[in-house]
Amino acid sequence: MLSYTIRRLAFAVPTLLVISLLIFLLLELAPGDPMAQVPLTVPPEVKAQMREALGLGEPVHLRYWKWLVQMVWVEPLVLVDHLFGTDFSEGKLRILSWQHRGPVMDVVVQRLPQTLWVVGTAYVVGILIALPIGIWSAYRRASIFDQAGTFVTVVGYSVPPFFTGPLLILVFAVQLGWFPAIYDTTHRVTDWQGFTVQLKQMVLPVMVLSLQTTAQIARYMRAAVLDNLGQDYVRTARAKGLSEATVLGVHVLRNSMIPVVTVIALGMPAIFGGAIITEQIFSINGIGAQLIGAIKAPDMPTVHTITFLFAVLIVLTNLAADLLYGWLDPRIRYE
Amino acid sequence: MSDAPLAPVPGLARRVLHQPGAVLGGGLFAVIVLAVLIGPLLWPIAPEFIDVAARNQGPNLAHPFGTDQLGRDTFARVLWGGRISLAVGLSAMAVALLLGTLVGLLAGVFRWLDGPLMRLTDVFLALPLLPLLLVMVLLFRDSLSGVFGPEGGIFILIVLAIGGTSWMNTARIVRGDTLALREREFVLAARAAGCRPVALMLRHILPNVLSPILVSGALGLSTAIVTESALSFLGLGFPPDFPTWGRLLSDAVIYLADYPARAICPGLAISLTVLSVTYLGDGLRDAMDPRLH
Repeated sequence: MLSYTIRRLAFAVPTLLVISLLIFLLLELAPGDPMAQVPLTVPPEVKAQMREALGLGEPVHLRYWKWLVQMVWVEPLVLVDHLFGTDFSEGKLRILSWQHRGPVMDVVVQRLPQTLWVVGTAYVVGILIALPIGIWSAYRRASIFDQAGTFVTVVGYSVPPFFTGPLLILVFAVQLGWFPAIYDTTHRVTDWQGFTVQLKQMVLPVMVLSLQTTAQIARYMRAAVLDNLGQDYVRTARAKGLSEATVLGVHVLRNSMIPVVTVIALGMPAIFGGAIITEQIFSINGIGAQLIGAIKAPDMPTVHTITFLFAVLIVLTNLAADLLYGWLDPRIRYE
Repeated sequence: MSDAPLAPVPGLARRVLHQPGAVLGGGLFAVIVLAVLIGPLLWPIAPEFIDVAARNQGPNLAHPFGTDQLGRDTFARVLWGGRISLAVGLSAMAVALLLGTLVGLLAGVFRWLDGPLMRLTDVFLALPLLPLLLVMVLLFRDSLSGVFGPEGGIFILIVLAIGGTSWMNTARIVRGDTLALREREFVLAARAAGCRPVALMLRHILPNVLSPILVSGALGLSTAIVTESALSFLGLGFPPDFPTWGRLLSDAVIYLADYPARAICPGLAISLTVLSVTYLGDGLRDAMDPRLH
């Protein structure tokens, strides 16, 4: 197991390097010029100096190397400094945005909590709804509940977030007026009333995102429980007189969770992708909105950094899914 | 599994007809395809016709889906937009299937290609797709528009971008099935008869992996349609006066409070198409699953 973990980790590093290089080369072709906003009255030699200061005059491989060093060495050092009050990163250059000329990671750190709050809540809510639906659909297979549940999950799977979002706004914000249509990111929770305001504005985005999660996970849960219900150990458990609740809730649930846990881990990147669209619909000032803004600007260092962070997330969740699978199911042996 | 042959296509068709989900989904999809193909020819109002006197109307007899802020008929635009959305979806699916089948077959037949091609697949699976698609559209939109015209350029770009980033599942499935087929007697017989690897791949293995390719095609089609709509929705798809379903939806969202029908119609069109294709794909998969018979 340990050697397998190390091997998988060792493979994750070159994967990430290749991906970051791919993104970098793709962005190399970008038509965007960070000097586009500089007034025409600025003399060419000053412009050339400014270009130099942004590190644009150097060859491609050198600039990639510099980005890499900044991303995997300087930025972690800044984090360490921030956490422990040291000054390792003193005087080192960080990845600068072309939009606001400040470090990209500072903005990412500001934006990330908004996204994490909404995405995290949505994921937890989605899983909590999906598991009972999946279990009960499988247990009462071909019943009305199962038919309805399957239909709802297929609908949830087919209706894209950019349609459920406006639809929910129409019903709950425009017609009923229960929840706000726009997420106020400047809102601070200081008292009970502020907390309810925060809760209310989170309802619609969380609903949009969790609908997708619910649909997917409920499908897998149903299939996994169906697989397990036919197993011998279930018959044994029933034969020795255990209650149905124990059989279902303890024996079947634990075994069915093995494949579903990996699906839950693997679904994380997809929900971050969904968050890009959801943030656009509800005007949430999160990392997805930052990415869209940077793409349209165009602000290549920011795009590169955020896309790379997404790739790290995907590779790490894949790794976690693989390892969890082996840990949860002792029958699986890695050589 | 080893003695149950993979479903030949005629038997598959019969079994698909026994899957109510597949029949319903396929029927609905056929209706949608026919509607967008024939509809614009029959419907008297052109999608770009501007009738300023009939601005911002709700659904009525003359305009069943209402009109937009310029007085253009939403029904005509949804029909016309469907052509583009479906054309993008089908072409992107075709690109993805071609690439995926090619990579899968090569990895399965040639042992020395297996490692590198599967590593490539892993790398592609770890790419953050939506951000990358957005970046690609932004970067190449202008240069391709210059060569193929504004519509042709963005069409080629979106098809290649979506197709080039969604072949990985097909490749994995095809490789797995090819590896299983390689050990079978008929492949051995073909080899013994002097069949060369390329002919073996195309004549003996490809016909036997067609059914799983079909299923992943159905699932790929729905993903491609949703991805195109998402790009249009984020403002990085087709140009503004070019009605695709995602574009129509995103244009209508700002008028949502006053004219909800304008957003609901294209949204429903996307959802129904994806729903029908998903049911079709699920039915196909169940029809081919030997464990269910």
